[in-house]
Amino acid sequence: MTEVVTSANPGLAQPLLAKRTSKRWLISAFITTAIVALPVLSVLFLALFPEENIWPHLLETTLPRYLTTTIKLMVGVGALTLVIGLATAWAVTMCEFPGRKFFEWALLLPFAIPAYVIAYVYTSLLDYAGPVQRALREWFGWQNASDYWFPEIRSLEGAILMIGLVLYPYVYLLGRAAFLEQSPSLFAVSRSLGHSALSTFFRVVLPIARPAIAVGLSLVLMETLNDFGTVDFFAVQTLTRGLFDTWMNLGNLGGAAQIATTMLMFVVILVTLERYSRRRQQQYAARDNRDPIHRFTMSFPRQMICVAVCAVPLIFGFIIPGASLGYYAWEYFDVSWNPDFIRNTFNSLFLSGAAALTTLIIGVTLAYSRRLHNTRGMQVLMRLSSLGYAMPGAVLAVGVIVPLAGFDNWLDTLMRDHLGVSTGLLLSGTAFALIFAYTVRFLAVSAGSVESALQKVTPSMDMASRSLGHTPGKTLMKVHLPILRGTLVTAALVVFVDCMKELPATLILRPFNYETLATYVYQFASDEQLYHSALPALIIVLAGIIPIILMNRSISNSRTVA
Amino acid sequence: MRMKLAATAAIALAAMPLSASADGEVNIYSYRQAYLLEPLLNAFTKETGIEANVVFAKQGLAERLEREGRNSPADVVMTVDISRINELVEKDLVAGVESDTLQKNIPENLRHPEGKWYALTTRGRLIFASKDRVKEGEISTYEELADDKWEGRICTRSGKHPYNIALISSMIAHHGEEKTQEWLEGVKDNLARKPQGGDRDQIKAIAEGVCDISIGNSYYYGNMLMDENQRPIAEQVNLVFPNAEGRGTHVNISGISLTKSAPNKDNAIKLMEFLSSPEAQRIYAEANTEYPANSGVKPSGLVAEWGEIHPDNLSLQEIANNREAAVKLVDRVDYDG
Repeated sequence: MTEVVTSANPGLAQPLLAKRTSKRWLISAFITTAIVALPVLSVLFLALFPEENIWPHLLETTLPRYLTTTIKLMVGVGALTLVIGLATAWAVTMCEFPGRKFFEWALLLPFAIPAYVIAYVYTSLLDYAGPVQRALREWFGWQNASDYWFPEIRSLEGAILMIGLVLYPYVYLLGRAAFLEQSPSLFAVSRSLGHSALSTFFRVVLPIARPAIAVGLSLVLMETLNDFGTVDFFAVQTLTRGLFDTWMNLGNLGGAAQIATTMLMFVVILVTLERYSRRRQQQYAARDNRDPIHRFTMSFPRQMICVAVCAVPLIFGFIIPGASLGYYAWEYFDVSWNPDFIRNTFNSLFLSGAAALTTLIIGVTLAYSRRLHNTRGMQVLMRLSSLGYAMPGAVLAVGVIVPLAGFDNWLDTLMRDHLGVSTGLLLSGTAFALIFAYTVRFLAVSAGSVESALQKVTPSMDMASRSLGHTPGKTLMKVHLPILRGTLVTAALVVFVDCMKELPATLILRPFNYETLATYVYQFASDEQLYHSALPALIIVLAGIIPIILMNRSISNSRTVA
Repeated sequence: MRMKLAATAAIALAAMPLSASADGEVNIYSYRQAYLLEPLLNAFTKETGIEANVVFAKQGLAERLEREGRNSPADVVMTVDISRINELVEKDLVAGVESDTLQKNIPENLRHPEGKWYALTTRGRLIFASKDRVKEGEISTYEELADDKWEGRICTRSGKHPYNIALISSMIAHHGEEKTQEWLEGVKDNLARKPQGGDRDQIKAIAEGVCDISIGNSYYYGNMLMDENQRPIAEQVNLVFPNAEGRGTHVNISGISLTKSAPNKDNAIKLMEFLSSPEAQRIYAEANTEYPANSGVKPSGLVAEWGEIHPDNLSLQEIANNREAAVKLVDRVDYDG
């Protein structure tokens, strides 16, 4: 009872859905998007007023290098995350081997480690004074750095590895969910037509999973593009570096906003190209959980290959950095332990939870409104609301300050003039500002995955529900949300983990005396002494693990497996 | 859905801290880590009963202050690096403070003529040289860093770091842009590796044999000596006060300014006065091995052992004025490339 429709005309079903729908969805989507898009629009606005035109100087000097380094970094991280993410997702979904169930969730663990933390950990392990080189020197009797060659971790390649190791779970997660959703009969058909497993993977499985993989990959690329912590630490000169240079060293916020805008366009072009290349595809799959996946049974050597494929990213992406943090936490326990610790943990959990919930609600609203009214305008709105993710956090924070403080001061002036009271700053510098910033920043994560999952639900579901007299709202609650449960939980939890790790916007926007685990870790890390805060860093990781395990449950439960 | 949003907003508002304008408070926007300020602020609260609240970030606080405008809760801004302090003055975000105590405690060259900022500490930008591979006296000026004999022997952090930018600005002030460019090109040719890491990392690199000479702020070295794990590394280098015989060693400052919009102005001035007092200055000196700005307070015993520092008496304002030229020069020379 599995049905896959690849329609040449995706618009065909839409008028049926939109028929007799009140405008409420459209209006609420429009208002939400307008609010969410404000920070990004503020940055675009700031870009109109540079202190001086930064481009002639940049073009003449560092811009070419910033650009090539950025592209190399993105291509490198993109390729690495695709290879690791897809290979592991395929292995745990389709192959039977010892430890498969363990790897299913364990492969998500590296996601809990912030990139700047893994970079720091590997640097202290692999640099000259670290245990690895020290052991090598002892074995071979080398005296100093000039006696031997050792790969430099602080390099472009190093940055690609570090970022790739903690971001591949995006691809793994979305890839696995897509593989699980695919009908096994498709695979069987392809095999019976004479294709090998490998050829089927590339010709059938991947193309069908592409929308989901594209979402995962674009999240990876956006996060890579606006990473500052790691590239700064490794002295890799990307556009972000140029941006902060223009802002902090030249005091040219407008110029920095222009660079941010350029980076945005970079992302928009990428995403548009990907969408354009599959513009004629539309997939609907009515899922049937009774149709089980038959995993390959394999020879022992092949099983071992699967184990190795899954173990390598886990060891390097989680076990080694996690153990190092654990070691530091133990060694420096006295300085790490701190009475504020519980409060900081609570702050992190509260903010992340609230933001995860908000992004989920907005994400569903937007994706569903688009399903009801798939107009060009709606599509543009959706894209616009996702752009916050493609901007460095610190720049986005300024974009958040502008409208919030503007609103606060407008209201304050109004009240002063008419009622003679001052309302002061109502929103700026509160937890609300932080949750708003997180929502703007991570909406792409939830809206993207909800949208791609919703697209796969065949419109006949809506039609059936509507013809039974349900309103669009009721259809959403009774039909779509239950179907999408796995995706929804995943989306919320990914946002949760992302918020736990979020740093630059939190630093700038937070209230007085307000620390999250991430900001607490950062104040030491930024002073070249992360080991002093290894304990809270470890808590970020542990707090990330719990949702990861939950996340895994909800995905696995979405499909029965023979 | 609207209800849920409203609920979320309500929770968010509930988590808001109490209004910052209550009595007995002072609010700080700080570019320095909160944990560095903690002992100072605890001492302040103990003495005056005034609670001190902090937001720490390395960027964006000036923008936040600017946008919050007259309603900003911030009373003072604490910054490092003269150029960043100067930016607050140029954006007209800070107010002048006339205080006899401050003027008595902080020498004239370490404060703004109208009191728009006061330095609290100074730090020298020093040269560190391998004990094994560099003879004492072999290098004694910044200018010599461009000398051919150091080819492949120097390590520094990024040329774009504010501390290096300030040093290059001071070179521009003394030698002009053209000469400084030649000098910086010379230094670049002598680098053992691409600029990377922080000041401590350069000292580590000397211990590792990657290079023989590095540039760094004095307190990084001091803090390494105070950390038992890092002391053996720091002990492998000698410290040099560059240009001690001539114009003096380049110094930068950390400082404090009163915001124009300060809601707790009196408390803010009390804080500024307290931080310039011998008691607070001693904490700065001991806990972070910086040089007290208050000339009546001696540096910590550890710092005093290094010998006396002769600061370059170039005005800090001039260093700030040359910042942009210095940044662009670093790009032209492609120092980090």
